[in-house]
Amino acid sequence: MKNLRLIFGFTVTPLLLVLWLTVPVASEDIRMEFNDLLDEGLQSKGPVQMEHFLTLDATQKMCSGLNVDINSAEASQLMSKALAQIQYPADGIYIGDWKKGEEIAQSGKGLRFNDADDIENGGNCYACHQIRQEELAYGNLGPSLHHYGKLRGYSDEVLRYTWGKIFNPQAFLMCSNMPRYGHKGILTIEQMRHIMGLLLDPQSPVNE
Amino acid sequence: MIRRIAVSVFISIFCCGQLFAQAETVTGVQEYRDLLADGNPAELWVFSGEEIWFNPAGPKLVTLEACDLGKGPGVTRGAYVELPRYFSDVKKVMDLEQRLIHCRTVIQGFSRVDATAYPFTQRGQETSEVEMLVAFIASKSKGMRMNIPLKHAAEKKMFDLGEQLFYFRAGSHDFGCITCHGGEDRRIRLQELPNFRNQDQARKTYGSWPAYRVSAGEVRTMQHRLYDCFRQQRFPEAIYGSDLITALIMFLAKSADGGVSNAPAMKR
Ligand code: HEC
Ligand code: HEC
Repeated sequence: MKNLRLIFGFTVTPLLLVLWLTVPVASEDIRMEFNDLLDEGLQSKGPVQMEHFLTLDATQKMCSGLNVDINSAEASQLMSKALAQIQYPADGIYIGDWKKGEEIAQSGKGLRFNDADDIENGGNCYACHQIRQEELAYGNLGPSLHHYGKLRGYSDEVLRYTWGKIFNPQAFLMCSNMPRYGHKGILTIEQMRHIMGLLLDPQSPVNE
Repeated sequence: MIRRIAVSVFISIFCCGQLFAQAETVTGVQEYRDLLADGNPAELWVFSGEEIWFNPAGPKLVTLEACDLGKGPGVTRGAYVELPRYFSDVKKVMDLEQRLIHCRTVIQGFSRVDATAYPFTQRGQETSEVEMLVAFIASKSKGMRMNIPLKHAAEKKMFDLGEQLFYFRAGSHDFGCITCHGGEDRRIRLQELPNFRNQDQARKTYGSWPAYRVSAGEVRTMQHRLYDCFRQQRFPEAIYGSDLITALIMFLAKSADGGVSNAPAMKR
């Protein structure tokens, strides 16, 4: 019995040890973490800077991952905070020039790594929305905005709601797919007025 | 002495031949495009890729035949539909393009900078060798089924990271892959967006890459496709051959598991 144990101790154990040492361990890969992946796989270029990109805000954290719960207490907190942070035009003027608004809605320029940093950003609204009937090349990630004012009227509530929606859609629907144009500084207040004109000026072709 | 002369004559003939072959490839592409009536022009990339695979190149002046794409050195048939995969020699998961970079550096002696300098053809440039090689390797799996079992722990990990990336929303516009590729019948402007959470669509889409892009007049690789989606997503520039892209490709390849590979296909 004792012999057996000795034999085991001197032969099998070292053998197991050697085996264990030679088993391929994919250590690096398995331990690789998500942040390293981003850090090593992406680089700053033009208007897109890594330092800024890697700093996620609470909304982005909330809306990333497989198990997003938009009905959680945290989500409703984030929404109220977003609502409180919306900046409405100080002079009370919501409506700009719809023609300029149309240009901004058409333009997908800005904030891509191949864009210059000093150009005027577009809103790219047509990427996701139908707006003017004549423009047939529209996407469908968002609802149609054709006849937007005609259907909803031009009341102060509608103006305020629409402004808020463009400023920060996360204030109304957690994890909306729509960009936060005002909150993230994609569009200026002036540009937002023009887009408001496109949707809510009774003279805009959108409301014909 | 005679032997030495014979060898140098042979080498000079060979080198000239190579230069000549290269020039021929470039003008050939143009000719082929002009002549093109029907069929998939990607075939030309496949032929050129095959030539590159079997031609000695790099500081070491050797062919890529010693390159192991996962099924043994030099085996190209069926390799593409099993990639990305874990490679024990480097202890990491690689997709086709990462593996080609590896082979071109380790086997042919290129520096990493040289091996990754020129992955995508830019307007007015000659067709990139990577695009030709990728078309060739993919063509050797045409009609086969994607087979991504995720047996190795590192492969599983890579898939998990890719999945996490797919659902990761960030940047100025809060976009993630999920924004554009997570729903049915979606379009950006008029461009249809495949839903990678739908297995049929994932299979059909993945099975068509690399693809001849009519709009570009070039064969584009999966790394290039993702590079451009990162741009649209307002993410920073993706680094060619990075693990970040490999992770995403692993996620997409697994989502397409069991689907038939028709690459290189032809696209808009
Ligand atoms: C990437 C996609 C995307 C882009 C780009 C986009 N939107 Fe949206 N938009 C959506 C989605 C999705 C919804 C519906 C979900 C929601 O309400 O948040 C929406 C909703 C809206 C609504 C609310 C409609 C309603 O009936 O309440 C308005 C107004 C709107 N968008 C305006 C705009 C404007 C103006 C722009 C451009 C400056 C724009 N959107 C750009 C995706 C987008
Ligand atoms: C802002 C929108 C947007 C985002 C975000 C986006 N894509 Fe795309 N993607 C597109 C568009 C548009 C196309 C079609 C391009 C075309 O047809 O030229 C496309 C095409 C593709 C294709 C090829 C589809 C085919 O039919 O062959 C793949 C694969 C793909 N995307 C993967 C991804 C992945 C992975 C991510 C995240 C890293 C991503 N995309 C993020 C807009 C997007």
